[in-house]
Amino acid sequence: MTGTVKTTKEPLFHVVKHAERTGRQMIGFRLLAVALSIVAGGLFILAIGHNPIAVYGTILEGAFRSKIAIQSTVKFAIPLCICALGVTLAFKMKFWNIGGEGQLIMGAVFASYFALNFPNWNHWVLILVMLVAGAVGGGLWGLLAAAFKVKWGTNETLLTLMLNYIALHLVSYLQAGPWRDPEANGFSKIARFDKNAGLDKVLGVHFGWIIMLVLVALVWIYLKRSKQGYEISVVGESQDTARYAGIHVKKVVRRTMFLSGAIAGIAGVCQVSGSDMTLSMGVAGGVGFTAIIVAWLCQLNPGMILVVSLLFSILEKGSSVVQSTYGLSSDCADVLQGIILFFILGSEFFVRYAFVGRGKKGGAK
Amino acid sequence: MDMFIKFLVAAIGAGTPLLFGTVGEILNEKVGHLNLGVEGMMAIGACAGFMGGYLSDNFLVALLCAFLAGMLAALIYAVLTVTFMANQNVAGLTMTIFGVGISNFIGVYMIGTSDSGTLKLPETVTAQMRSIHIPVLSDLPVVGELVFSYNPFVYLGIVVAAVTGWYLYRTKTGLNVQAIGENPGAADAASIQVTKWKYFNILLGGGICGIGGAYCGMIINGGVWISNSVNGLGWIAVALVIFAAWKPHMAILGSFVFGALRVLKYYKVGFMVNLPDAFFDMLPFLITALVLIITSMRGSKGAHIPAFLGNNYFREER
Repeated sequence: MTGTVKTTKEPLFHVVKHAERTGRQMIGFRLLAVALSIVAGGLFILAIGHNPIAVYGTILEGAFRSKIAIQSTVKFAIPLCICALGVTLAFKMKFWNIGGEGQLIMGAVFASYFALNFPNWNHWVLILVMLVAGAVGGGLWGLLAAAFKVKWGTNETLLTLMLNYIALHLVSYLQAGPWRDPEANGFSKIARFDKNAGLDKVLGVHFGWIIMLVLVALVWIYLKRSKQGYEISVVGESQDTARYAGIHVKKVVRRTMFLSGAIAGIAGVCQVSGSDMTLSMGVAGGVGFTAIIVAWLCQLNPGMILVVSLLFSILEKGSSVVQSTYGLSSDCADVLQGIILFFILGSEFFVRYAFVGRGKKGGAK
Repeated sequence: MDMFIKFLVAAIGAGTPLLFGTVGEILNEKVGHLNLGVEGMMAIGACAGFMGGYLSDNFLVALLCAFLAGMLAALIYAVLTVTFMANQNVAGLTMTIFGVGISNFIGVYMIGTSDSGTLKLPETVTAQMRSIHIPVLSDLPVVGELVFSYNPFVYLGIVVAAVTGWYLYRTKTGLNVQAIGENPGAADAASIQVTKWKYFNILLGGGICGIGGAYCGMIINGGVWISNSVNGLGWIAVALVIFAAWKPHMAILGSFVFGALRVLKYYKVGFMVNLPDAFFDMLPFLITALVLIITSMRGSKGAHIPAFLGNNYFREER
């Protein structure tokens, strides 16, 4: 070799893939991340002049202090969990469905049509029709993005994002125009549903929680035990492999996105006819976005999604009590959620990779 | 005619926060990072800008606070996605939830510390951010109103967009940076410092988003702090990047078009009178969705989307 070889100084450290971690190590890393985030959140609370232990205590106590508190905690979890199950199907296929929010809203809109126009139907027929309509509404909204994706390769992240806001403003159109309640004295809002169109209460909470539990089981079975679920995994791992194995990739993408949207749509039905008893602009209120984070956090495991949704609801409900006790904004739920997620996002790195210092040899063994 | 000029002036005002957000997001996306945290970074900028102005009595300090806070938020995103290679969608969404949350939270906290129960920017600051008035020029008919009648944010936004366009398309560094978004492996092989420039772009973009947020916090509600002042503008900015085909100078045009769409409902003429307001609110998103679909239909010829957008770069996986 002639000429001079330019040598650069070796960097202080570099990143290598870490050998497969054991399950216990992985859980350990995540628990450590949660612990650190609680400390960081505590420092934040301390910085604004409150006692972190007392505030955390209030959150926990606030979520469980009475039967009503527990019931409303569960009520928070229902749309979040169902919506997270919906996006899970799409994510398993590596289809970035950011449109849970819009699909939830469309489900709510379709269900509201029946609740507002046919309140005198037999109760169970009406509820069933609303659930089916909600699923179809959400499903079609999801299918729309999938259809463009498979036809022309339209970026699904951005398209589903836009569809969220199109759905939201559709609600604002409905409440100001065709569905406006004439008895609301100039307010543009949609009338309250007839009691007949409401989900019945079981143990003090509308039976959306039963739907939620059933869906957790169904999604688990669908993903782990059905042929279609297997197809989703293959398409998610490698579309070429899927095609080679004779899987109709486009069909799988369309079908899965319909189902993904349909489940989010059912969450919408639970919101309008279980929780709100009307359709409003706030029907989704960011649940569709939080659901994405929950699904990812749980690594698309339906059982974990149920647990984490409940934990998030405790934070949500507890923070509303912090608001009344300390005069702090209930936005502290979002702040704490954000901090926890930042730490867990960071911890994922240490599960998969490792830093190796200068001069040391290392890597996947 | 008079009405039309008023409409244009309102459109440019309404488009300005979008312009900052869009330029910031373009800087992110050019290095391959689809940052869904624009809304959050803008919210943090809104809070930092407002509180900076409130506490310091100085408009420039407010701008600096907004810029630095936006950068700090972007630093969290950059550490997570560039160094720790975390999922960009999740990191961005988390930034949005966190940013909007902490902005509102600090707002409520500061209201609690004030005597009057409201937060209002001091007169010295509002005077500095009022629409400019240049003798003679601002008094010109039509031109005066159209060109010389805005608050400082508007001019700053146009300058920022122009400079960013020059940086990305007219400097060697900028072209190198664009290569990172197209093919980081090739850029790395060509000895472009991928990590360094990713950080540079993401942080700069975050700072610019922060200033856009300051517009929302300080101008939109007339100098009074109100929660959720950004209110979805960050998401429109993400949409605008597509509309502007990832070009900062197109972003100037695009943000004023979208600004026009946002104020159009107050200036309806002719057939528009019968259309519901909600339709006008929906328009920016509907148009972006259509642009997205049409560009994808035209295939690679019309697509300006950075090829590596949304993917993290790990050297050993080249």
